[in-house]
Amino acid sequence: MNKFDISNLDLYYGQLQALKDVELQIPARQITAFIGPSGCGKSTLLRTLNRMNDLVEGCKITGNVLLDGQDIYKGGMDTTALRKRVGMVFQKPNPFPMTVYDNVAFGPRTHGVRGKARLDDIVEQSLRDAAIWEELKDRLKKDALGLSGGQQQRLCIARALAVQPEVVLMDEPTSALDPISTSRIEDLCVTLREKYTIIIVTHNMQQAARISDNTAFFLLGEIVEYGPTEKLFSVPRDKRTEDYITGRFG
Amino acid sequence: MKRQKISAFLLRFAVYLAAFITVGALLFVVGYILVKGVPNLSLKLFEWKYNSENLSLLPALLNTVLITVLSLLIAVPLGVFAAIYLVEYARRGSRLVRVIRMNAETLSGIPSIVYGLFGMLFFVTALKLGFSMLSGALTLSIMILPVILRTSEEALMSVPDSFREGSFGLGAGRLRTVFRVVLPDAIPGILAGVILGVGRIVGETAALIYTAGTASDTVSGIMDSARTLSVHMYALSQEGLYINQTYATAVVLLVIVVCINALSASLAKRFSRKR
Repeated sequence: MNKFDISNLDLYYGQLQALKDVELQIPARQITAFIGPSGCGKSTLLRTLNRMNDLVEGCKITGNVLLDGQDIYKGGMDTTALRKRVGMVFQKPNPFPMTVYDNVAFGPRTHGVRGKARLDDIVEQSLRDAAIWEELKDRLKKDALGLSGGQQQRLCIARALAVQPEVVLMDEPTSALDPISTSRIEDLCVTLREKYTIIIVTHNMQQAARISDNTAFFLLGEIVEYGPTEKLFSVPRDKRTEDYITGRFG
Repeated sequence: MKRQKISAFLLRFAVYLAAFITVGALLFVVGYILVKGVPNLSLKLFEWKYNSENLSLLPALLNTVLITVLSLLIAVPLGVFAAIYLVEYARRGSRLVRVIRMNAETLSGIPSIVYGLFGMLFFVTALKLGFSMLSGALTLSIMILPVILRTSEEALMSVPDSFREGSFGLGAGRLRTVFRVVLPDAIPGILAGVILGVGRIVGETAALIYTAGTASDTVSGIMDSARTLSVHMYALSQEGLYINQTYATAVVLLVIVVCINALSASLAKRFSRKR
């Protein structure tokens, strides 16, 4: 069962074409990794999936992006509802300047959840899912900006999970973190796969190889190769993929 | 070689001299006012009633507070909301934003007597508000509006875009993003601007003399004419009969201004520490 079904997708920033005729099926409840050199369009495609590109001026998108068979760019798809289903974790941890609790409760409150008991439950469950409950349960009322970088990023993951999304988009979530925090987040991704569809952009090929089920290799706005991670890394079909994963450029 | 030494010495001398004169001038002014004013401070100056035997400055002090509050009530919402529009809603770098910004900058450079004249012609005469606290406050709020607008804009712009992205990414709309995430983070910066505005109000005379008038009694409403501390000082020194009391008033004003500056500095510090 495919969660996302993307076809004929072209994306322009003004005159510049950032994505060219992208075709991609992303299966549900698996981890899909986007790899490729900087500026190849992988983050752009990720941001297309929850319409974060809407905020970019001069961004024009044509083609089809189906989420469970429904085109997210057509027919009154509401970005609020879409982003509730498709959550996002950013490259740099970006907790809001408020308490840990309010950070996690921000999403549910946005979508109309009221009542302390319900919010308490959601906050605890989300923090547990993000494997940070034990560390933070006594610090719920503390300012989130006082946490370490790794904790902040897991808090951001908890915040994204709190609205009970179906898909979690991760835009290089570990690039600003130390190796220990990175490995915790990788472990976390693997557990989250049971409940969520995860799409992760990464600069780190080992990371893609370690945690993802499928990998798409991007070059200059095109998908060069897409397939099961194991195959793509062991027997790449395309010469350019082979050159990239063996470190000949990038 | 020798020449270099001489020019180095001269330069150093000039630098020290400039620093000394700068600090010296400030210390001299403050010291002079304190020496002349403090001995004339007495409890009588803070009595409720003002008359020609006892030039109480309490009415003027209360008027200062009242007119400040009134002006802020008008100028702060206008300035902050305009800034929110410019930073969060208007297209970044659009022509309208540039025009408004240029206007604000021009307005903040206009001498306050011009505001006073405008206030008199428009609020006092055309709108028939008379010499009143309301006319004064309206004039002052126009005067400080650019300051509040610009500092609020700066404060909003210094909120990292990652906060906005995070909020949008959770499905929040622009309204919720602005009021729950961006604005709370910008409040210290906005407050610093408000305090700058308060400083200008407290020190203002020219814009008030022809709008709020110089009545010396305690006011009973915002339609009454009233003098603030600065205007009070101006009036006393112009009459030339109560120079001692003028100095005492100056001390009170000085203390208020120092407090405002300290408050603004500490807020600015808190603001910058977070970044």
